[in-house]
Amino acid sequence: MANNCAAQLGRVAVQVRRDILTMSSSAHAGHVGSSFSCVELLVALYFRVARLWPERAEAPERDRIILSKGHAATALYSCLSLRGFFPRDLIKDYGQDGSRLGHHPVKGSLPGIEVSTGSLGHGLGLGSGMALAARMDATGSRVFVIMSDGECNEGSVWESALWAPKHGLGNLTVAIDFNKLQATAPSTELTQLEPLREKWEAFGWEAVEVDGHDLDAVVAAFESSSDSRPKVIVAHTIKGKGVSFMEGSLNWHYRPPSADDVSRALAELE
Amino acid sequence: MRDAFFRTIVDLGASDERVMFLTADLGYKLFDEFRDRFPGRFLNMGVSEANMVSVSAGLALSGKRPFIYSIVPFATVRCLEQIRIDLCEMQAPVVVVGVGAGYSYGANGPSHHGVDDIGIMRALPGMTVVCPCDPQETADAMRALLAVEKPAYLRLGRAGEATFPGSSSPFKLGFPRILREGADIGIAITGAIAGEALKAADLLVDHGIHPHIISVHTLSDLGETVECIRQARLRAVLTLEEHGPSGGLYEALAGELARRRVQVDLVPVTAPPRFLNVVGGQDYLRKVAKLDAESLVKLILSIRKGGK
Repeated sequence: MANNCAAQLGRVAVQVRRDILTMSSSAHAGHVGSSFSCVELLVALYFRVARLWPERAEAPERDRIILSKGHAATALYSCLSLRGFFPRDLIKDYGQDGSRLGHHPVKGSLPGIEVSTGSLGHGLGLGSGMALAARMDATGSRVFVIMSDGECNEGSVWESALWAPKHGLGNLTVAIDFNKLQATAPSTELTQLEPLREKWEAFGWEAVEVDGHDLDAVVAAFESSSDSRPKVIVAHTIKGKGVSFMEGSLNWHYRPPSADDVSRALAELE
Repeated sequence: MRDAFFRTIVDLGASDERVMFLTADLGYKLFDEFRDRFPGRFLNMGVSEANMVSVSAGLALSGKRPFIYSIVPFATVRCLEQIRIDLCEMQAPVVVVGVGAGYSYGANGPSHHGVDDIGIMRALPGMTVVCPCDPQETADAMRALLAVEKPAYLRLGRAGEATFPGSSSPFKLGFPRILREGADIGIAITGAIAGEALKAADLLVDHGIHPHIISVHTLSDLGETVECIRQARLRAVLTLEEHGPSGGLYEALAGELARRRVQVDLVPVTAPPRFLNVVGGQDYLRKVAKLDAESLVKLILSIRKGGK
């Protein structure tokens, strides 16, 4: 990827983080850290890799992006608004009475939201079905699913992980936002997640590991795919990435940022 | 009913290219014709019901019309949250098919009994719940559900049920069918337990009792059923279901009657509110649960004797 393109995507990522902060603060909502960790994954998809047309949000030949870790909804809303799926003004309503932008995405609430998520462990099966339908109908669509590491605790993830390779869904790519922290504890302390890449490989997936904040690496990982196997990208990320006092801290799973937190954080996101 | 289902799914597959059949590794040999005729639209998902529901939702949101199949408890409560969000919340037009209503899989034990599924499926917002009473109603319901772009639960009995006379009257979702015209006492049934009601009606002829029997196949919309009961001017209506008391036909109908302020003496005949501690064939377990024709006869005679 040309350097100017990476720089451009980097600027978008900064804007997305600024949006996440201001939305979370005004809604007095948490999940800032979980939203920050997947910003580059979403920016790479929405602004570079995925074939999408905001003016034809329902085009059958579009690629599908599924935010299976629905608690990072602020990151999704920011990307969709910046990409032109709906007016930027709408994100100010996030979490407010009467708004359509809840703390977890709801299909049909706004253009570009492919599925309702919020309960973990659904996105991979949904994406697998969409990938199969795309292949049956030869639409050329690819399906991208963003999951969290904590989400890999869910048994349904592994049902889907067993199933998709057997059907050769080469148009399905999953990125695991491996930020090492789930809601209340380090994710590797609660279940035997590691070795994560090798697990998926053993299930028959093409599996790669990348620095999930390196936009060049993330774009390259999303852009290459095999014809015959689904792909998993184990994206090593940092919860709270981008703001020094949030990085790697469990506090920022649930804690809503105060006005002071926001001003300190925005100063770091220039 | 199971055979009617597999015959009809082939017909639907032939007439509508969107129709797919997904099974959680059940229906051995029964799905062969669909698989052989429409190989790309057949998926044996393995024993992974949660994934089956999510995949079917992904297919449905991409324009397909999946019917997904397993035994009642596995098709419903095993993957309940996937049904709740992926199907109901997103209104993905998938038909969840549960085979083995009530005690159909009697000797297999409580893990395989379907005595709570109606209540659970009815509780889901946006879910259509249909319990056909015989093979004809099964085929009719499948066609009707395909014509509706919404999620649905289709609760089937087992194999070998007869088609009841009277059930060939036109089928429309939400509109009960009269299986036998009668007067004074009504029996509202849902599902294949209809056979016991009809048998009871035969036994009651000698007593000069002719129950009015209706099949309430659509349990998620009972407005027309209330109307049907009101028009029949019945002194008492028994509700008969191979399902526990929570959320089934009785509770649903009692609620709808109350909402519409229609006064009817409603008598519940349900499976007990507990898992049975014996196993046995379906006919045996129906007797244990007092859902069989003889128990119905006794109950109806006691109602008459009581002068109700």
